[in-house]
Amino acid sequence: MRQTLLALAALALAPAPALADWQDTLDAARGQTVYFNAWGGDPRTNDFLAWVSEQTEALYGVTVSHVKLTDTAEAVTRVISERAAGVTEGGSVDLIWINGPNFLAMKEQDLLHGPFVADLPNARYLDLSDTSAASVDFTVPVEGMESPWRLAKFVFFHDSARVAAPPASMAAMVDWAAANPGRLTHPAPSNFMGATFLKQALVELAPDPAVLQAPVTDDAFAATVAPLWDWYDALRPNLWRGGATYPENESVQMQLLNDGEVDIAMAFDPAAAAAGIARGTLPESTRVFVPEGGTIGNISFVAIPFNAAHRAGAEVVANFLLDPATQAHMQNIEVLGSFSVLDPATLDADAQAAFDALPTSPALPSLADLGPTLLEPHPSWMTRLTEAWAVRYVE
Amino acid sequence: MRSDGRLLRGAVLAAVGAGLLAPIALGLWETLRPAFGVLPALGRTVWSLEPWAELAALPGVRTSLMLTLWTGIGSTVLSLLLALGAAAALHDRIGGGRGGRWLTPFLAIPHAAMAVGLAFVLAPSGWLARLLAEPLGWTRPPDLASVNDPWGLALMIGLMIKEIPFLLLVILAGLGQLPVRRHMAMGRALGYGRGIVWIKVIVPQLWPLIRLPVWVVLSYALSNVDMALVLGPSTPPVLAVAVMRWFTDPDLAMLLPASAGAILQAGVVLAGVALFGAAELAAARLGRCWLRRGGRGLSFEPGLLLARGLVLALLATGALAMLSLAVWSVAWRWSFPHVLPESWSAKPWQMAERGWREALGNTLVLAAASVAVSLALAVAWLEGEDRARRGRAGWAEALIYLPLLLPQIGFLYGLNVVFLRLGVGGTTLAVIWAQALFVFPYVMITLSDPWRALDPRLVNAAAALGASPLRRLWAVKLPVLLRPIATAAAIGVAVSVAQYLPTLFMGAGRVPTLTTEAVTLSSGADRRIVGVYATLQAALPFAAYGLAFLVPALLHRNRADLRGTA
Repeated sequence: MRQTLLALAALALAPAPALADWQDTLDAARGQTVYFNAWGGDPRTNDFLAWVSEQTEALYGVTVSHVKLTDTAEAVTRVISERAAGVTEGGSVDLIWINGPNFLAMKEQDLLHGPFVADLPNARYLDLSDTSAASVDFTVPVEGMESPWRLAKFVFFHDSARVAAPPASMAAMVDWAAANPGRLTHPAPSNFMGATFLKQALVELAPDPAVLQAPVTDDAFAATVAPLWDWYDALRPNLWRGGATYPENESVQMQLLNDGEVDIAMAFDPAAAAAGIARGTLPESTRVFVPEGGTIGNISFVAIPFNAAHRAGAEVVANFLLDPATQAHMQNIEVLGSFSVLDPATLDADAQAAFDALPTSPALPSLADLGPTLLEPHPSWMTRLTEAWAVRYVE
Repeated sequence: MRSDGRLLRGAVLAAVGAGLLAPIALGLWETLRPAFGVLPALGRTVWSLEPWAELAALPGVRTSLMLTLWTGIGSTVLSLLLALGAAAALHDRIGGGRGGRWLTPFLAIPHAAMAVGLAFVLAPSGWLARLLAEPLGWTRPPDLASVNDPWGLALMIGLMIKEIPFLLLVILAGLGQLPVRRHMAMGRALGYGRGIVWIKVIVPQLWPLIRLPVWVVLSYALSNVDMALVLGPSTPPVLAVAVMRWFTDPDLAMLLPASAGAILQAGVVLAGVALFGAAELAAARLGRCWLRRGGRGLSFEPGLLLARGLVLALLATGALAMLSLAVWSVAWRWSFPHVLPESWSAKPWQMAERGWREALGNTLVLAAASVAVSLALAVAWLEGEDRARRGRAGWAEALIYLPLLLPQIGFLYGLNVVFLRLGVGGTTLAVIWAQALFVFPYVMITLSDPWRALDPRLVNAAAALGASPLRRLWAVKLPVLLRPIATAAAIGVAVSVAQYLPTLFMGAGRVPTLTTEAVTLSSGADRRIVGVYATLQAALPFAAYGLAFLVPALLHRNRADLRGTA
C-alpha cells in the first residue's frame, strides 16, 4: 500500500478505462456461473468467496462456484489438459486465484485471456502505474492479464504464553532454534509458503539483494545462495523432527502451533493470527512478529484462462472484488482480514470511513508494526531455489 | 429363449466393453503417449525415452519408490498374516454371518475419513499422547514423528486398519466353503497344534478363494493417494502422491515425467502381483517338503494369540479414530494436553453448512447414479449367465477385477483427456462414469455368490407355471434376492463415497464431494471442520448399510426364510 502511495503522481498517467463496453459485459454475464478456482485450505477465504457469490448473484445475477484447490497448479494443469484436448472454448476454469510462478507459466504459454483489467470500472481505484505493486507480480509485468484482489505480506506468529522473545531476524533463528530444538519449522518448500520462508531468508542474507530482481543466472545463483545454505545447514538439525519432514502448508503449521507441537507459524496475511483467535483455531495469546529488516510482500491476483466458458461473469467478479465496499468487508478481521489493494488516495470520504470503522484486535498488527515491504525476487529464483533445496535436502 | 439370452449377453458385453474396458485402455494410452515424449499441446511430437530420464533425475524419486514398495508390500503381508491368525483364533466364535456385522463400520468408513481420524489419534499432540501426558507430566507434545514419519509406519497402520477387516471378511466367507471343523478335528486327533493345522491344511485350501481379493488389497496399498496424503511421509512422499504432485506442477513440462511416473506406478503394481505369484509358487514347493516332515508345531499357539491381540489393538485404534472425528466436529477449543474439548459448540457445523450441504448433495447424487448403473449392469450380466446356462469364463472374472487391480493414477489422467475430447470432461456424468468403473466390480463380486446360490427350484416352478424369463426375473429372482442386492448396493455406496482421485480428476474439481473436501481440508488449519466432513463421510455408508439391513427386514417381515442372510 505504501508503494501505491508513493506512486501517486503516476496515477494521472494511467490509461482511462474503456467503460463503454461494460454494460455489454454485465448483460452477457447475467445468469452465468463463474467457476472460481482458488486454494480451498482456508475456511475464512472459503466463507468470503461464498459471500461474494451471494452479492454478485443479487447485484448482477452472477453466481460464483468456488472450486477448492489443494494447489493452484491444479487449475493450470486443467487448462493445459483442456488445450491438449483441443478445448479452446467453454473451458472448465473461469477465474483463478493465481500467484507469481503460475502466472508466469500461464502467461508464457498464452493460456490467459486479456488484457482486461483496464476495462473494469473499479480499476480506477487502483494504482496501475508501471512500477506499482498492482502492475508487477513477482517482477513479472502484469500487463492487464490479471486483476489484484488482496494484499499479502509475510508475517510470523508465536504463542506469547510460551515464547516471550521470538527471533529478531532470519539470521537469529539459528541461535533461537539451537536454544529451542524441535520448536521451529517451515512448510515444505514445494509449497508456496515454504518457498517464501526460504526467499525471506535469501533476501536478508544475500550479499547483493538487487540481483534477485533480474532472472536468475548460474553465477548469480551460486554467489547469492551460498550464505543461505550455510545458514540453513546450521538451522536444520534443530528444526522440528530434525528437519526430516515438514508441514505440508502454512495451515498445517498453524494447527501445529495450536497443538503446541511448534512455537512459530507463518502466513502471508497479517490478520491471520487475529482471525484464527476469533475462530478458535489459535490460542488467545498468539501474536504477530516480523524480522527487523521487514518482510516480503506481494499482491494476490485473479486471472481468466483463454478458454474460460464464462468470461463476462469472471470479469464482473474481478470487478466486484475491487469495489471499495468489498475491499473494506474483506479487510474486516471478523471476515477475512486481508489488507486492501486499493490506492487510498483514490477513495472518497464514505469509502475511507468504511475502512476506518473496521474492528481491531490485540493480535492485529498496525501497518507500522509490520515494517518495510521487501520486493519479491523474480519467479525464476523461487523455482531454482526450491529445486536446489530439494536436491540438497531430499534424499 | 436361447437367442434372447445371447442378445442380453451381447448387450452386457458391449456395455462392459465400451463403458469399462475402453475408458481404461484409452486412459492408459493417453498416459503412455506423454510418458514416451508425445504431448502435442506442448509441441512435443517425437517418441523418446527422455521423460524417463527426467523422472529418474527428479529429487526423491528413488526414496518414493522404495517407500511405496515397503509400505505397500509390508502392510499387505502384515494384514494378511494378522487376518489369517485372527481368523484362526476367532473362527470358532464368530460364524460367517455374525462376524461380518461387527466388521461393518471398519469396512464402511472411507479410507480418507479413517486417515483423518487416525492422524489425530496418533499425532504427537493427539489423543493417545494426551492420555499419556498427565501421568508422564508432559506439558509439550513430544518431538516424535508418529504421523507422516519418514518410514511410513503411520501409513502402514492406517492401511492395515482398513485392510484387515476386509481380509477377515473375505477369509470368513472362504472358510464357509471349507469343512474347517472336520479338518481341524482330524488334525488335532493326529496331534497337530491348532495353529499348524491352520497353516498346513486350511490355508492352502483357502488361498485360491482369497487370492484375488489379496491382490486387490496389494494394488490399493501400493497405489493409494488419499491415505498417503494424510498419514504418509511428505518429503518425499510415496510414489502415487509424488506422481499426483508432478501432474499438478506449475511447470507444464512436468506432465511428461509425471506420465512416466504413472506408468511406473502401474509397473510397480504388476511387479507386486508377480512377486506374490512367485511367492505362492515357492511356498507351494517348499511347503510340500515341510508338510512331509510332519512337525506338530505345538509352539505355534502363542503366535495366534499375538495375532488376535494385535488385530484387536488395531481395530480399537481405528474405533478411536472414528470417534475422534465426531468429537472434533462438536468441539470449539481443544488444545494439548486436554483429553476432552475445553469448550463444545455446534458452530463447526454451522460455519461449514453451505459447504457440506453441497458436498453431501453431490455425494448422494454420485452414489445413487453410479450404484444404480452398476447394479443394473450386474443384474443383466448375471441374468445373461443364467439364460445361457453357462458359468463365468476366467477372462470374464479377470475383467471384473481389472479396475481394482490397476492403480488409479495410471490411467485417470489419460482418461480425463479422453473425456475432455468427448466433451464430457468436468461434468457430473464423467464423475459418475469414472466412479462406476470401481463401484461395478464390488457390486458384481458381492452379488455373484448369492445369485448363484439361489434355489433353482423357485425359478423352475415359476417357469412351469408359464412365467416368461422377464417375469421370472422380476417376480421371483429379484424379490428373493432383495437382501443380497441391498447389501451389494450398500457396498457400492461405500465405494462411491470413498472415491477420491476419480472424483478429483474427472470432476475437474467442480464436483466437490465429502471425500474431496475432507482430504482438501485435512491440509488446512481447522480440524473441527474436517471433523464435520469426515463424520458425514463415514455416516453415509453406515446409513446405506443400515438401510440394506432394514429394508428387506421390513418388506419381508412376514417371510421368515427371506429375512436371513440369504
